[in-house]
Amino acid sequence: MKLKSRHLLGLDGVSKEELTLILDTAASFREILDRPIKKVPPLQGKTVVNLFFESSTRTRISFELAERRLSADVVNFASSGSSVSKGETLKDTARNIEAMKIDMVVIRHSAPGSAHFLTRVLDANIINAGDGWHEHPTQGLLDMYTLREKFGTLEGLRVCIVGDITHSRVARSNIFGLITMGAHVSICGPTTLIPRDMEHLGVKVYHRLEDVIPEVDAFNVLRIQLERQASGLFPSLREYHRFFGLTKEKVAAARKPITIMHPGPINRDVELSADLADGEHSVILQQVTNGVAIRMAVLYLLGTTN
Amino acid sequence: MKLLLKGGRLLDPVSNRDEVVDIQITDGRIDRIAASVSAPQGYKQVDLKGKIVAPGLIDIHVHLREPGFEHKETIETGCASAAAGGFTAVCCMPNTNPAIDDESVARYVHAKGKSVCDGIVDVYPIGAATKGRKGTELSPMAELAQAGAVGFSDDGAPIASAEIMRRALEYSSMYGVPVIQHAEEPTLTQGGCMNEGTTATRLGMPGIPPIAEELMVARDIILLRYTPAARYHVAHISTKGALDTVRAAKAEGLNVTCEVAPHHFALSEEAVAGFDTSTKMNPPLRTRMDILALKAGLKDGTIDVIATDHAPHTIDEKEVEYTQAPFGIVGLETCVGLCLSELIGNGVLTLMQMIDKLSTKPRAILSLPAILMKEGEPANITIIDPGLEWVVDKEAFKSKSKNTPFHGVRLKGKAIGIINNGKSTIG
Repeated sequence: MKLKSRHLLGLDGVSKEELTLILDTAASFREILDRPIKKVPPLQGKTVVNLFFESSTRTRISFELAERRLSADVVNFASSGSSVSKGETLKDTARNIEAMKIDMVVIRHSAPGSAHFLTRVLDANIINAGDGWHEHPTQGLLDMYTLREKFGTLEGLRVCIVGDITHSRVARSNIFGLITMGAHVSICGPTTLIPRDMEHLGVKVYHRLEDVIPEVDAFNVLRIQLERQASGLFPSLREYHRFFGLTKEKVAAARKPITIMHPGPINRDVELSADLADGEHSVILQQVTNGVAIRMAVLYLLGTTN
Repeated sequence: MKLLLKGGRLLDPVSNRDEVVDIQITDGRIDRIAASVSAPQGYKQVDLKGKIVAPGLIDIHVHLREPGFEHKETIETGCASAAAGGFTAVCCMPNTNPAIDDESVARYVHAKGKSVCDGIVDVYPIGAATKGRKGTELSPMAELAQAGAVGFSDDGAPIASAEIMRRALEYSSMYGVPVIQHAEEPTLTQGGCMNEGTTATRLGMPGIPPIAEELMVARDIILLRYTPAARYHVAHISTKGALDTVRAAKAEGLNVTCEVAPHHFALSEEAVAGFDTSTKMNPPLRTRMDILALKAGLKDGTIDVIATDHAPHTIDEKEVEYTQAPFGIVGLETCVGLCLSELIGNGVLTLMQMIDKLSTKPRAILSLPAILMKEGEPANITIIDPGLEWVVDKEAFKSKSKNTPFHGVRLKGKAIGIINNGKSTIG
């Protein structure tokens, strides 16, 4: 089986079979990561460019590791110090880089749809590494992988995403992917950080953690950004922590332990208490490890089928 | 020019005439209209069997971009585009550089219109409502009106200040010239680039809520009630809520009119899903529910006018990230086809009503002389083939810009020629 598209732009519209293929492929790469020699040859001779127009540490390193472990040649491009700061357009930047004979492009950009945009101006395979508030498909996949690893299946699993949903590409990719795989997805956050018509995407909406804690198997906790306070969307970090921050005391109300995920970087004791982040039910570091395997799977599936 | 139009279906909302006739035109004037006219020698005969002969269409919402943005469009290419789309007249918005906020600019635009494309398309400037379109001081409305401005608007931007809007309505009322509002409450739309709702939520796109339009229309109606001698026209109305407010204000007897752009009844917000920037305009594409409301508004007469909001932008300006792209699409050359395809034959409008909203009504709103389809009158005519099936090809546009979401779309019905000011594009 193959993926239908030669790009990975998002999880919206990706079928259950395709998601399963990516997760299963990642499982075989995950096993390689535990070997003493972690390098395999499938992308030998291919050149991948990581086009990062937004700062990112773990996603960029994770992609780079995945690329190198598949034996690809890797070029990194970050927007600071490049021609972007001289006013070059995204189209020109991308086409110039492609003119250097690139096979695959991994793009992180602040504008929703920027990965779609590249598919219209380039011939390379495009992988979306986060486009504005839209999608971050490899994050969604690694979250799903981590949940599947922990629970055995995603079917019927109850997952709640907590925090700033409006501005979260992680939330969207998780919602699209998890719902396709048969999970029950809910979201919880302040009304001002949940976009309109969210129910139309098939999720249940909560505004009180107490209401959702008895109903979930796993929380995916999103990072709250201070700049949202400045734009008037919530009053203070203190209030946010008090009402939407996950703490040991709050999750104690659950009948059985709740698995804790976070895409990082964590604001400790703001959206997530340190004891939960480091606790026995946290899978936050597994997420990071699995992220490399997921990215290897995506690069492999896209890079070897055409 | 000696023309004999044979066997066309005359549709004239002014006289409410709907019949198959021959029309003899000599040097830009209608000589004879009769069931059968045999051409005297030297007349070019044009067979118009199955075609519609209508009073010349006018598009009262066009961005000609000159002066200042000639890389997007010029008065010449804009007029060529209008002629190709079947319009014998356009009203151009004042968001040029310099803005049409001074009589010299208004006179320049008006005169330039006469000098391009053989003068076949009449160009009527719309003056800025405020100096520099900055929304803080009234423009010299009386001078602008004297120089030919037919309306006042800061289009592209709303007249946001309630105080300035009040004064604009009061002052313009002395000259009977309408204030045309781009209705948008700006504090609700910062950063927005598509309709706020399900699709924006799915795409992670910053939204423009429908209430931004509805709030401004509602506010303006309250101001209008306070300044009842004024005339208020809502540009490119796009939401059910705004339309309901206009409907109620009309029932109350206020001097309010409104227009809709074809893309707002032809496309819904779902069209944005591929992040194609030719779906980005302001107001944005709305929901299917809004489309139903707009069609109902056209049918019941709440919507007076169809106008395109023709907004040319170059490929380089549009071929960027969606959030960075400028708002607007070209519309002159797809308008008639979209109206015929979307509104005719499905119970929304009759052909006569469609012509009314594309010709008679908009001229009346802007106090332009009515086109009289009578012997002895100047020939100002648009000829439409309602059955012609064609595929929109942006490369064939006369407009300098190609930013359309309708490229490749099959439409039924097209304007095939115009006659105006003694010039003709047929025969």
